[in-house]
Amino acid sequence: MDGRKTISRRRVLAAGTAGIVGAALPMAGQSPDQAARPRVAADSTKVQGPTSTDVGARSPFERPKRLSLNDRRTSSLTPLQDLDGIITPSDLHFERHHGGVPAIDPQAYSLLIHGLVDRPLVFTLADLRRFPGRSMIRMMECSGNGGRAYRREGSATDQTPQQIDGLTSTSEWTGVALATLLREAGVSPKAKWLLAEGMDAAVMTRSVPIEKAWDDALIAYGQNGEPLRPEQGYPVRLFLPGVEGNASIKWLRRIEVADQPFMTREETSKYTDPLPDGTARIFSLDMDAKSLITEPAFPDQLTGPGWWEIRGLAWSGRGKIAKVDISTDGGKTWQLAKLDEPVLPKCHTRFRLPFEWRGGETTLMSRATDETGYAQPTLDVLMAARGPATAYHFNHIRGWKVLADGSVKFAAGA
Amino acid sequence: MKTIIATALIAASASAFALAQSGARATARQPSRLEIGRAATADEIKKLDIDVMPDGRGLPAGRGTVAEGATIYAAKCRSCHGANGEGAAFDRLVSRESGPNFNFAMDPKLVKTVGNYWPYATTLYDYTYRAMPFMQPGSLTANETYSLVAYILALNKIVPEDAVMDQSTLPKVVMPARDRFVLDNRKGGKLVK
Repeated sequence: MDGRKTISRRRVLAAGTAGIVGAALPMAGQSPDQAARPRVAADSTKVQGPTSTDVGARSPFERPKRLSLNDRRTSSLTPLQDLDGIITPSDLHFERHHGGVPAIDPQAYSLLIHGLVDRPLVFTLADLRRFPGRSMIRMMECSGNGGRAYRREGSATDQTPQQIDGLTSTSEWTGVALATLLREAGVSPKAKWLLAEGMDAAVMTRSVPIEKAWDDALIAYGQNGEPLRPEQGYPVRLFLPGVEGNASIKWLRRIEVADQPFMTREETSKYTDPLPDGTARIFSLDMDAKSLITEPAFPDQLTGPGWWEIRGLAWSGRGKIAKVDISTDGGKTWQLAKLDEPVLPKCHTRFRLPFEWRGGETTLMSRATDETGYAQPTLDVLMAARGPATAYHFNHIRGWKVLADGSVKFAAGA
Repeated sequence: MKTIIATALIAASASAFALAQSGARATARQPSRLEIGRAATADEIKKLDIDVMPDGRGLPAGRGTVAEGATIYAAKCRSCHGANGEGAAFDRLVSRESGPNFNFAMDPKLVKTVGNYWPYATTLYDYTYRAMPFMQPGSLTANETYSLVAYILALNKIVPEDAVMDQSTLPKVVMPARDRFVLDNRKGGKLVK
């Protein structure tokens, strides 16, 4: 017994074809090269292994991959089903960009702060690193995440956690508090909003309420112990904890302090939420509480009745997760899941619950409640509030149907 | 001697307290200004400060007409957005259709466009100037941008065919969807909104 009772894709890869040398058949969603199995010595105790390396690599048996759902590859999703704990490896953090990933020389980099300030200032990367810093472990979620579960694609059963909700990731972010830089520049009492602008080909811009800057906005240069990855904004990005990812402008070159929002293309024509009453919500920044079971999930296969562990992630843009309830009978009864430490605000929180599968069909569901008392709604409740064609913020309860043969299928709002 | 140390300690903790009150996370002895960074020059601000606000602040000098916009559009925009802004490989730009009551939440067939959804005409200038055309971003002049904005607004029947767009006329354009947008009223708690 290796303690891994759930057979997920990677675990099938690692263990399911033991002893077979050559290519195994690809599983759903895999490319043939993912299924190719590396050759290793039959007995590792009888040969000396390779020596140390400058930069490590994953075991050749582990090949988690981001997944891009569109041909233009303007986004990619985190393989949530392949991850343990709460930290997303930096090279698997989801991506979304609007003009590709720019290449920026950190020595040529600078950040301008101007507008309603006493002293317009320019900071080099070295300047930013010289300021008192801070690190925080926080999630980032795209507000379009889960759209496939909400809309008609949700009726497709053969979807992985990555395909459904892979636009969320958690990192330890390091940088200087935006508030520190604003104090350095001296902000006018008239200041109410600021514009953050990137130096990608889209010259991406979003308006941010000044309160967020004074609260917990970070000018980030570090991610999981190293400089930001290029696709995450190298060398410097804005990071707004708990806020829809689009507003955390990458490749940050400029912050302008102003008395009103700028009404950029992203925050007006795109990231707004039409409502059934004929209005559209604008600056809907906070991410509502949400959870997702990542194991067992499609394309897992329970190999037989007995004890399994239900595992997943819960998070809220408004604070800590207070609890996660799990139903193993399609929502009729609910049990409290165990939350792994640490339980951090605005951060992925790992939950677990032992599950005795007695064979037969059943539906697994998870429901997160955050410290404000907000509980993840059912699909029906969310759709009544937002309308079937709304855009963004799709946080309803997700279900996974376990079929009698042990296969697991996505069950939308179940 | 003892007195001096005690006084220093009190002063240090008072200073730490004051910083904690102001939300600072710096160590106790650091002032709120650290004199890091350098003053920005007016020229470097001007070079980067290309944003345009809904009231027109930030719009540059220059002007453009619908007819001029049609010519530039045919050369630089139609391959992605269609001959008449109907959309092609990229976004549709033209439509006034929004159902009986701005039905975007209810009708998945409705396509959001400049004409039926964008609340501010200034946004069209800002975005086109900073990011279009997709393969030559940031290459348009102010006059070209005003012309394209005039043309796209005219295709949407928001301005007349003889409209001239400049820094005084563009902010006065009232977009059909302007009053449809409401601030976020979600606050957490038990209610799902």
